[in-house]
Amino acid sequence: MIHKDVLVIGAGPSGLSAAIEAGKAGADTLLVDLNLKAGGQLFKQIHKFFGSSAHHSGTRGYEIGSLLLKQARDAGVEIWLQSTVIGIFPGGKVGIERGLDNGEKDLVTLKAKTIIIATGASENAIRFKGWTTPGVMGAGAAQTMVNVNHVRPGENIVMIGSGNVGLIVSYQLMQAGCNVVALLEAAPKVGGYSVHAAKIRRAGVPIYTSRTIIEALAGEDGSVCGCVTAAVDDHFQPVPGTEETLKCDVITLATGMKPTMDLVKLAGCALKFHGPLGGYVPIHDERLETSVKGVFVAGDSTGVEEANTALDEGKIAGISAAEELGYISHEDADAMRSEIWSRLDSLRLGPFGERRMKEKKAMMEEYSETVKVPAAFQ
Amino acid sequence: MSYIKTGYLEYSELESLQTLPDEKRYQEGPVAVIECVQNIPCNPCEASCKFGAIHIGSPITNLPTIDTRKCIGCGNCIAKCPGMAIFVVNKTKGRGIASVSFPYEYYPVPKVGDKCHAVDRKGEYICDGTVSKVVNPASYDHTPVVTIDIPIEYANEVRSIERGYQP
Ligand SMILES: Cc1cc2nc3c(=O)[nH]c(=O)nc-3n(C[C@H](O)[C@H](O)[C@H](O)COP(=O)(O)OP(=O)(O)OC[C@H]3O[C@@H](n4cnc5c(N)ncnc54)[C@H](O)[C@@H]3O)c2cc1C
Repeated sequence: MIHKDVLVIGAGPSGLSAAIEAGKAGADTLLVDLNLKAGGQLFKQIHKFFGSSAHHSGTRGYEIGSLLLKQARDAGVEIWLQSTVIGIFPGGKVGIERGLDNGEKDLVTLKAKTIIIATGASENAIRFKGWTTPGVMGAGAAQTMVNVNHVRPGENIVMIGSGNVGLIVSYQLMQAGCNVVALLEAAPKVGGYSVHAAKIRRAGVPIYTSRTIIEALAGEDGSVCGCVTAAVDDHFQPVPGTEETLKCDVITLATGMKPTMDLVKLAGCALKFHGPLGGYVPIHDERLETSVKGVFVAGDSTGVEEANTALDEGKIAGISAAEELGYISHEDADAMRSEIWSRLDSLRLGPFGERRMKEKKAMMEEYSETVKVPAAFQ
Repeated sequence: MSYIKTGYLEYSELESLQTLPDEKRYQEGPVAVIECVQNIPCNPCEASCKFGAIHIGSPITNLPTIDTRKCIGCGNCIAKCPGMAIFVVNKTKGRGIASVSFPYEYYPVPKVGDKCHAVDRKGEYICDGTVSKVVNPASYDHTPVVTIDIPIEYANEVRSIERGYQP
């Protein structure tokens, strides 16, 4: 069996920065990701990232991914791509379906002294009549098609959801030459940043708030040829008589994300529901350790946020794992963490971040009340 | 605050939420207009200005403010703002003409001399315009900054051009 000091699962911004910190500290670190390329969400983002200059903002997402990957290599981190963690077993053994250079897969079991789970988030779907019709897809799929595979999902798009994902993916679909017919938002206001909304409004895309999709219409070939929309009341219920039909061949859903929970559940980490963080999240302390000793979390997998916060949380998790193994003294680790925490706090100010900051603080309080000290692996 | 419902700012809303150049400053030459109003954690514009005219400071969620005495209207910040929320307006071109510069990341990239349909913040046609400058150096990292000439009375409304317009 393979033995490692630190296993980092997921090579998005949080996993990459965790691996960089652990590697730099001298820990024997393995980073595993199921994708072809490292970078997580970053490698399909062609826009310049908002955020702080200290966190590579103003740089296009995929370029940030390449930069971090290089830093990880320089820090001596071993990286397995196209490799999926398929199980965490009693005693902390990990099952990995490892991608080999010849395209084959190999099943390996590995024992790591510490595990950092940085598996990101997955998209939520909403259900409506005809929602399984070909042409209805997640915004993430549409984004992967245009930005990674250079294929347009269709000509005329209706986007559902006005969070940053809906706004940014609409923009990128237009850059790829698609026409965005309209963006619908069930809430009475735009969910994402006004600057992202403004740039698609300028490009002529109408945004309809307090309106949702109630049916996807199929044409003769069985795929989407339009959709029926309706105004919604204060309880998000469609108002009869307000139906309108839009012509389109693609309907993209950008209706929120939730942290991926499978691996933290298998590891036995305590979970709590925190709506503003995207749903159930593994609770953690200031060191980003879960209720299970030696298991850390970081990034969207412990609350859907942004690349900046993911990078900083990853750093903390990497430092804490290295500290756990004695590569960094408690004193040094505390000092490094407190600097990062003050930066994280300022990133979480403002009308968008505040709610997440409050939830994160509440979650860490729950941790100190209910978990107190993490328990060894069952 | 209607922009939260509609996705775009009315000029009057913008005036109440951001510090804009006053008419006197507009008469002195090109100047940046920052249309960022929401206290989001973002600050590349601050570092982009070599004249130190844009300030965010700490915390990072502060709104950017512009010192219009230091701003020379160079437009470097236009390409650097991830929110594409900075424009340069020049009301000193004379003969009733003003120019507006904006980021434009669509194909085809406009060329100097192209006739265009100038649009406002909600993408609606305002007037005809002519492309007078396109700046796209490597340092802008694929965000061309396009300048169009338009009748001066629309300088506070025009913010982009109709995509794919062919005269
Ligand atoms: C359209 C869009 C635009 C965005 N724009 C911005 C922006 O401008 N600025 C900003 O700050 N943020 C932005 N974000 C948010 C940012 O991308 C995410 O918050 C960030 O990527 C989260 O990082 P992460 O490392 O936690 O997760 P991810 O980036 O999601 O990475 C998780 C990784 O884990 C891997 N993984 C999952 N399960 C397994 C498994 N079992 N085995 C192996 N690997 C696994 C996945 O393949 C993935 O590569 C945007 C997000 C989207 C969707």
